[in-house]
Amino acid sequence: MSKIIHFLKLALVRLGVLPFLLLIAVAIFTFLSDNFLTGRNLINVVRQSTYLTLVSMGQMFALLTGGFDLSVGTILALTSVVGATSMAMAYAAMPDSAMLSILVGILAGGAAGTTIGIVNGIGISLLNVSPFMMSLGMASVGFGLALYLTGGTPVYGMPTEYGDIFGFGAIYGLPVPVVITMVLIIILYFILNWTPAGRYFYAVGGNIKAARLSGINTRLTLFSAYALCGLMAAIAGLLLTARLDTGEANIGATMPLESIAACVIAGVSLRGGIGRLENVVFGALFIGLVQNGMNLARIESYLQIVVIGVLLILAVVADQLRLRLVATMRN
Amino acid sequence: MGMNRSPLLELTGVTREYSGYRALDSVDFTLNSGEVHVLFGENGAGKSTLISIIAGALKANSGQIRFKGQPLRLSSVHHARKLGISAVFQEFSLVPELTVEENLFLGAEETRYGCLNRTAMHARATEVLARLGFQLRPDASTAFLSRAEQQMVEIAKAFRDDLSILILDEPTASLTERETRDLFSLVDHVKSQHVGIIYITHRMSEIRQIGDRITILRDGKFIDTVKADTSESELVRMMTGKVIDQIFPAIRFKPKKEVLKIRDLSTTDKSVIGASISVRSGEIVGIAGLVGSGKSEIARSCFGLIPKSAAEITFNGEEIGHLSPREILDRGLFYIPADRREEGLMMMRNARENIVLPALTTPGISSGMVLKRKAEKVRVKKLADRFNLQPSNPELDAGLFSGGNQQKIMLAKCQTRKVDLFIFDEPTVGVDVGTRTAIYEFIRDLCEMSGAAILLISSDLPEILHLTHRVYVMGGGYITAELEPDEIAEEKILKHFFRDGSVPQKASIEHDLN
Ligand SMILES: Nc1ncnc2c1ncn2[C@@H]1O[C@H](COP(=O)(O)OP(=O)(O)OP(=O)(O)O)[C@@H](O)[C@H]1O
Ligand SMILES: [Mg+2]
Repeated sequence: MSKIIHFLKLALVRLGVLPFLLLIAVAIFTFLSDNFLTGRNLINVVRQSTYLTLVSMGQMFALLTGGFDLSVGTILALTSVVGATSMAMAYAAMPDSAMLSILVGILAGGAAGTTIGIVNGIGISLLNVSPFMMSLGMASVGFGLALYLTGGTPVYGMPTEYGDIFGFGAIYGLPVPVVITMVLIIILYFILNWTPAGRYFYAVGGNIKAARLSGINTRLTLFSAYALCGLMAAIAGLLLTARLDTGEANIGATMPLESIAACVIAGVSLRGGIGRLENVVFGALFIGLVQNGMNLARIESYLQIVVIGVLLILAVVADQLRLRLVATMRN
Repeated sequence: MGMNRSPLLELTGVTREYSGYRALDSVDFTLNSGEVHVLFGENGAGKSTLISIIAGALKANSGQIRFKGQPLRLSSVHHARKLGISAVFQEFSLVPELTVEENLFLGAEETRYGCLNRTAMHARATEVLARLGFQLRPDASTAFLSRAEQQMVEIAKAFRDDLSILILDEPTASLTERETRDLFSLVDHVKSQHVGIIYITHRMSEIRQIGDRITILRDGKFIDTVKADTSESELVRMMTGKVIDQIFPAIRFKPKKEVLKIRDLSTTDKSVIGASISVRSGEIVGIAGLVGSGKSEIARSCFGLIPKSAAEITFNGEEIGHLSPREILDRGLFYIPADRREEGLMMMRNARENIVLPALTTPGISSGMVLKRKAEKVRVKKLADRFNLQPSNPELDAGLFSGGNQQKIMLAKCQTRKVDLFIFDEPTVGVDVGTRTAIYEFIRDLCEMSGAAILLISSDLPEILHLTHRVYVMGGGYITAELEPDEIAEEKILKHFFRDGSVPQKASIEHDLN
């Protein structure tokens, strides 16, 4: 028995809390619903998690530099609304060229969302506004704009091809959003682990003064982190719009919490400087898994929000426990 | 000291491991009341680990501790404090957002009717600071204190409650000479009140001044406990396991062209006023002065870290006064800061990433956009071996290395790219004798073999006396003297520490081994 406990402790120290949470979640939901542990459902989980995965990866960059981005939800919303509106307008003007209007919509929506990230970056890196205030402020600005543009109602009128390709399409049996996410995972993994720029994110969060003395452009790094975070959230917004077939101002409201939760569960330090991309992907998948499991187990949606909050706090507590274990363990 | 009295603190067979690595291996240690017991050993010998166990910050894996004759099991630093065991650690634990007095009473706030009793705390804080002779305002904000002042707050914290054991881990590393003298008389005072003091230092002169007994640790093992009058060479032999007879290498200077020229440098905060300096390649130029004399600020402002109000700074013939640290670094000027934790290292990243950080875009480490991770590893391994990093695993987090080994990581950083001028700011703070010799030899090689220009900023007088070719002395923000090779002498330097020419007492001026 004590051997088992020792082994578990060791695993906790080595691997972090995520594998344990995953195991527990899988066990519980398999018990609660027969449909949970089926190949079909698991693919479903992966597909549903793509949006959160994208946002969480962006959020990770902000966290790595020692900040965070509370405006990711609004970026989704604004991207969706602007993208859908311009796509619909372009399509109305030239009904024959669906592809061109899709392109127009993607560019307009992506630009709108990324702009919020860029403004965040300027405020935080150049004007020294705290990430909390800056992104909270921009969250309000973006959400207000999204509501103003739509009057609070969904935007219709996009070409059906948009949803067919980016929402429901498949390449070799893999859903298009999943493929896009995988490509982005690879790109970001490469940036973080194989380029000087990737190291800079860790360095700025690790010790910004040391980074500066080592000749790193800390302002540019901070700026890029938030711009990139905005870009990722914008891509998620475009894909989600395709899936929903409408532009909506109220998507993404839970994204700030969920993306930070995914990162923290994955061991990204809230103080900056620590975190691995592959773990963040699993963190996002885990949250998707829990949501899917709760749906199957017919847990009420309001209660689900409660569970996500509890999970976030639990993950932080468990991580503290882990750190204490690291300090006390002999081996 | 009566032999019949039972010791105040007695450790037997204390062992502590960090993931398989024995930082302490069955160490014995006794502390009597009313003695200053010095812990002596190389960087990484386990001194800080030992005192962390005594102060309740760490738990031993095995071994016994007896305090006043009773077995002792500490649950926390707080618990230890309650029993009168207080430590001032190498790394401070102050909350920058709080004031001095709030930090003093952190975790032990005085209350009345369940509310904070601010008046009482203020009065007691004032009293403690006055008793210790520290020139600090209790309501000053900690964030703006210098390192020396933060150190004072830490010490004052230890004196808040009744003391049985006072532990000081390299307390003078950042104190001025006056503050050091004050600290020593304070130590004498508490000693007379039967407090037992454990004192960690790498400085011989301090051992001589206040030590009663010395326990030597090497590689986590107990070597011996000896009287303080043991000869220096004997102590060093026990500490390193080998004989070191020459700390300072002889350096042949062949000054060539002028690399750095600073004219009339003043900082906006007036920490430097009208300073002019010139450094040539192939020579080591020293800046001597007390803590707070502005010597470090000269370097910092010339590296673009503190705003200047006026200056003409030319580096290799180019005006660099307006450039950012990155641009200056690219031109070949490297500044190695004094404060490792604050500005030197990313403590939660491994040594490898720390070492190559300044060189990520250089051809050896990356092809501009993509890292060559293999080459990086090889390069770092070489540097780690060259500096004899202990433990020799560069994948370990920088924060897990002992103070002296962290210093080695910092020095390794400046070896990753081409540099024409090195500015070393207190390069040997908290570094043991063996490593110190290695660092001095490293600096010599830079100067002799690579023909680099070196600006050495140091509060350690022997360092200045033995290593430099020319010396600038600073006092109160002014350069008070410039000494040519044949003029460099202790009295000459001391005479210029204060602008009015008053000579400070030689209390903490360290003496070299020879
Ligand atoms: N948390 C940790 N994990 C792994 N190794 C550690 C950890 N803390 C300390 N060590 C190692 O234990 C050894 C003893 O460290 P310690 O800090 O006690 O040395 P020290 O004698 O105080 O040295 P210095 O004079 O440099 O301060 C070092 O080799 C250090 O790298
Ligand atoms: Mg130490």
